[in-house]
Amino acid sequence: MSGTLTGTHFLTGNDAAAEGAIAAGCRFFAGYPITPSTEVAERISMRFPQVGGSYIQMEDEIASMVAILGASWAGVKSMTSTSGPGFSLMQENLGLGAMIETPTVIVNVQRGSPSTGLPTNVGQGEVMQARWGSHGDYEIIAVSPNSPQECFDLLIKAFNFSEQYRVPTVVLMDECTSHMSEKVVIPEEKDLEIINRKKPTVSPEKYLPFKPDKDMIPPMAVAGDGYKIHVTGLTHNEKGYPVMSAECHEPLVRRLCDKIRNNADKIIMIEEEKTDDAEVIIISFGSVSRSAKTAYKKAREQGIKAGFLRLITIWPFPEKRIEELAKRVKGFVVAEINYGQVVYEVERCSKGKAKIAHVALMGGRLHTPEEIFKGIKEVVK
Amino acid sequence: MRQEIRIAGFGGQGIILAAVITGKAAAIFEGKEATVMENYGPEARGGACSGTIVINDTKVDYPYTTSPDIMAIMNKASYDKFRPELKKDGILLIEEDLVTLDKDDNADVYKIPATRFAEEFGNKIVANIIMLGFMTGVTEFVSFESMKSAILSSVKPRFKDLNDKAYNRGYEFGKMSRRAGKERRSKNR
Repeated sequence: MSGTLTGTHFLTGNDAAAEGAIAAGCRFFAGYPITPSTEVAERISMRFPQVGGSYIQMEDEIASMVAILGASWAGVKSMTSTSGPGFSLMQENLGLGAMIETPTVIVNVQRGSPSTGLPTNVGQGEVMQARWGSHGDYEIIAVSPNSPQECFDLLIKAFNFSEQYRVPTVVLMDECTSHMSEKVVIPEEKDLEIINRKKPTVSPEKYLPFKPDKDMIPPMAVAGDGYKIHVTGLTHNEKGYPVMSAECHEPLVRRLCDKIRNNADKIIMIEEEKTDDAEVIIISFGSVSRSAKTAYKKAREQGIKAGFLRLITIWPFPEKRIEELAKRVKGFVVAEINYGQVVYEVERCSKGKAKIAHVALMGGRLHTPEEIFKGIKEVVK
Repeated sequence: MRQEIRIAGFGGQGIILAAVITGKAAAIFEGKEATVMENYGPEARGGACSGTIVINDTKVDYPYTTSPDIMAIMNKASYDKFRPELKKDGILLIEEDLVTLDKDDNADVYKIPATRFAEEFGNKIVANIIMLGFMTGVTEFVSFESMKSAILSSVKPRFKDLNDKAYNRGYEFGKMSRRAGKERRSKNR
């Protein structure tokens, strides 16, 4: 059943995210309501009956995460939405999702943290958690929208990434964008680029569920297709059976990471303005980027050669681009609503070549453009 | 040109809906860019509640208001909290039965008994729509038609008639107040 709400609407980020998921073909949602992400679940619960989707309100976020993995193995595009405390509970099974290479999408609307923190106010404290929240070496993909329109657009991207690379994909929203209403243009269904997972092309006797193609991604049969599958979080061979050896573990974990690392250039999306001749570049993501944009324009008006760089993809991190820019700018201003997360990545990639001013906020509100402007002054002084 | 509006009152007065409708009028029916932000506490009813709208010809960057050009205030607590933000020469609209102005307030003020008018329609829930009519009538920040379309496309079908009447009542009162305000100001000159 088609469900794309083609047309021009005035929507909150949460509503737009729900519509993006539906347009991407998501038809299974399991979650537990939590501010400020509740409206994603709420809208999906209203819209799914119209499009033939299944919505389950689970007992908690641990179960929600497992349910969406299961649904994906049943062949349905699945997702959940949550906020900080719920995202913490999901980590164990997010790691399982990475290990068993399951396409699924997790919307995490960041609020003031740690712990239950500030439920109705903004935060950006889960950047590192999205990347490192589960134990062990693995890679996920994370994208971060800064407007309701992008909440729609990036949900589709997130589903596409998760399907293409067989990896859980996190949409790192924040309270500000989630409760912001703006114009959202939803295209005709035929104009949307939708990617679906690779299916096996060999006969059931020859199929090995974890045998990768040249692109390092194994085709995915779903339960009921007639192919034999075995899925476990234990280290497994190409058949999917547990094998307790370093010889099996090494190539598996390496591949889980490299299938993302080697495709980083295709996954990374950044928005840049006036970085060509910039002496100082503001790096930001999510809602903060909107203050950053005002700040960099103000700096330009005052004759300061400022530039603007917004991370749309946060993980994998745009290492190459930051390193390149670090060589020719005086410095970076990193503005984020936390006490230091993206700034560590910028420091790592800059390799000591650029000065870095960190404009941190603990949460609860957005930076004013003036606060970010002070960071610019600090770099160029 | 960037234009900022704040609508504020207590939870249950339909403040957030009024803000979203305002943004919709500008963004969908006038073809401009508009960003609406909501602000409220954890209470379902009561408590401070406000919505801000930034309207611009091009995309809105910083999404919050800093000194609103227009403020529609529906209770005293919001007046006390937000009045200092109002831009110099900004327009202040108040629900006159629920807001007492400070004696020294020299803002360009327009008053309406929105809740009383709503009760005349048998439903005080439309006080917010009366206020939107009033705001449109006084300031013409969007056209009569744009605001009307935004309202009617945002309410349930069975309430369209009621909201239409409420909107017209507020708008007419706004036009009248505007004329009176102009006379008042020219006399003072």
